[in-house]
Amino acid sequence: MLHLSAAVDQPSAYDAASYLTLARLAERGGLDFVTLEDSFARPGPDALAVLARLAPATSRIGLVPTVTTTHTEPFHVQAAVATLDWVSRGRAGWRIDVSTTEGEARLFGRRQAAPSDALWQEAGEVADVAAKLWDSWEDDAEIRDAPTGRFIDRDKLHHVDFRGTSFSVKGPSIVPRPPQGHPVRVVDATDGPARRTAARYADVALVRATSAPQAAAVRNQLRSMTADFGRHPDQLRVLAGLLVDLGDGEHAAEPGHGGGGPRQTPQGPLYRGGPVDLAELIATWHGEGIVDGFHLTPVEPLRDLERLVNGTVALLQHRGLFRTFYPGSSLREHLGLARPANQYATTGARHEP
Amino acid sequence: MSRRRMHLAAHFPGVNNTTVWTDPESRSQIEFSSFAHLARTAERGLFDFFFLAEGLRLREHKGRIHDLDVVGRPESITVLSALAGVTEHLGLAATVNATFNEPFELARRFATLDHVSGGRAAWNVVTSSDAFTGENFRRGGFLDRADRYTRAAEFLETARELWGSWTPDGIPRPFAHRGRHFDIAGEFTVPRSPQGNPVVIQAGDSDEGREFAASAADVVFARHSSLEEGRVFYADVKRRLAKYGRTPEDLKIMPGIGVVLGDTAAQAQEKAAEIRRQQTSPQTALRTLEQIWGVDLSSYDPDGPLPDIDPVADPALTQGRTRRGDTVAIAEKWAALAREKGLSIRQTVIEAGGRQFFIGTPDAVATELDEFVQREAADGFVLVPHLTPGGLDQFVDEVVPLLQERGAFRTAYRGTTLRSHLGLPDPVRKG
Ligand SMILES: Cc1cc2nc3c(=O)[nH]c(=O)nc-3n(CC(O)[C@H](O)[C@H](O)COP(=O)(O)O)c2cc1C
Repeated sequence: MLHLSAAVDQPSAYDAASYLTLARLAERGGLDFVTLEDSFARPGPDALAVLARLAPATSRIGLVPTVTTTHTEPFHVQAAVATLDWVSRGRAGWRIDVSTTEGEARLFGRRQAAPSDALWQEAGEVADVAAKLWDSWEDDAEIRDAPTGRFIDRDKLHHVDFRGTSFSVKGPSIVPRPPQGHPVRVVDATDGPARRTAARYADVALVRATSAPQAAAVRNQLRSMTADFGRHPDQLRVLAGLLVDLGDGEHAAEPGHGGGGPRQTPQGPLYRGGPVDLAELIATWHGEGIVDGFHLTPVEPLRDLERLVNGTVALLQHRGLFRTFYPGSSLREHLGLARPANQYATTGARHEP
Repeated sequence: MSRRRMHLAAHFPGVNNTTVWTDPESRSQIEFSSFAHLARTAERGLFDFFFLAEGLRLREHKGRIHDLDVVGRPESITVLSALAGVTEHLGLAATVNATFNEPFELARRFATLDHVSGGRAAWNVVTSSDAFTGENFRRGGFLDRADRYTRAAEFLETARELWGSWTPDGIPRPFAHRGRHFDIAGEFTVPRSPQGNPVVIQAGDSDEGREFAASAADVVFARHSSLEEGRVFYADVKRRLAKYGRTPEDLKIMPGIGVVLGDTAAQAQEKAAEIRRQQTSPQTALRTLEQIWGVDLSSYDPDGPLPDIDPVADPALTQGRTRRGDTVAIAEKWAALAREKGLSIRQTVIEAGGRQFFIGTPDAVATELDEFVQREAADGFVLVPHLTPGGLDQFVDEVVPLLQERGAFRTAYRGTTLRSHLGLPDPVRKG
């Protein structure tokens, strides 16, 4: 199954309406999810709050904000992501990222900048404790048993007693286990230090690649590392990350516009061409088993997303390569990922969404 | 004579024994649909704002998780961001602790909420916390009581610096804050939000808390249980404002209250008695008494007399809830009350634990609420319904129109921001 996703990043937009337009467009195209980038280092709103705002105004599309792990509190982060899953009824993801600069450290004044390796190691611990906290409530912990006066069965709530290298968390979470069990964790695994964390904890890995062989090599490496961590490689979806510039009206329909495949630019691999050419590239890379899908960042948000949905996606649908409707309602269902079992579960009975 | 108009807010009833979760009408405390229903009802009633509490560690009693009340809640700013999508005018207030957050991140989250809601964000700054809660955080520790308010004050001051740091034409200006609790510098990532400063609420009752409210808050979420107590509190807090160059209109005092309505006074009283019994199950009665007595009382009969053993102060018995004060003194007071009126354990807990309730016909309740405001015991109220999510329906349908007829409450939203509902001026832009 082909998986498609898009970024709804927009420079200097702070109102809900402009993000809503893009998310609805992406939902109309049946995309698995949209991402919203976030960083303390440059202007932009809090991504999780923006996507939470969009949750009741959309119905199927997955919502994946970046939430960083370096200067934030793991307990707050997991609670916010779990809550995004509650308000979207099972459509939340979490793009995990780190803050590497001294400038970001100065905004908090709590710790100094640290090397990327150490920060990704910590991000892995945050991902780990988040999963433990999401599991710290069993699905059927709420019992509302009037005769004994008990609202919950406290044997189904668990302290996580997590000790990491830079933080510890007692638990349990304040938020009951979210609808997906674990919201979908996404990591950009392009850079070396992030790759282990992605292989170990992510459900979706993004790989910015300029060529099919490059993408295939990273995917193979990720899958084998995933297996080394005791996970089945099919539990990880690897999506190629591309900036896309689908050109203006004149060139859009011209086959081969821009020519060739993606090119490296300072902003990352950039694909320039018409929507039809992009469909061709997607079909080829996916058909040859190079990647499980794509994460596309439109250079001109509204224009390129419109072209992507009305052109590229329509074409892929026409050729039977991409879904024409959402068969399920949760992001995990879109991605074909199972709802994780609870690591603390004391009973056999499980609720599926 | 022009009438003082009241402000109204709705509290989402959650983690405490207010919520009667055994009622057949009680629905999910966590599904978004419950929040949306209550918020939309509040907006239908033209309320000023919708209010969420916070607790950062589940309460424990005798070393085990408290299991008798509603447990579990979503993270506030995220729910309120989503509610911004299903409401248009309603203010959206989140309780967030100043001890376990950092100014840059939190100021940014509130600024974003203010942007995506078109100017409806509010922050209830709380400081209640201890080492027990601290075990969930990097900080790992906690602050002494005295330090918590100095941190909260510096936190808020820093947040206001950040909120005001962009130029009117949308260019970030570098900021630097160096103080006792924070030494930070850089550029804020969000331009001035519609309200400039989100509305600030305070909800503590100590002397430090009142002083903090007088110096920095727009609203006080108060807790007092009679007209007289309310008048004393009101006069005390309003008196403190002048010291900070503020006028009494700059700070709204809104106690949390319960409302029980009936077709007749007697019917309403009966219903209220039943609600109190449901809020205080036999198990809850015993556990509450244990919290006060500081000893294991599980062998006692909740419908029998109070224990005749001496209370002890054991702060570790119950953890994760707001201070009860001097429990030994409270125990003595409760014992005296039970002796005097011949009450059982459960009856004592119900009688002594009572909060401010307005009970009666819609007309009587409207009159009494109005009286509280006219006589300066409050500027308005935070309604704490005992049912989720339908607990506000009857008040909005039956009491709000009567308040409007009396000229005691608005008949339409005049502006779009929470500041405009509260009649607060826009914050002055500095520099
Ligand atoms: C009506 C009311 C509601 C409160 N709600 C909360 C809450 O939701 N979360 C919290 O941590 N503290 C809450 N508190 C406690 C405090 O806001 C306050 O920080 C605490 O009482 C310590 O300050 P104090 O010593 O001034 O009272 C509440 C207090 C009052 C009076």
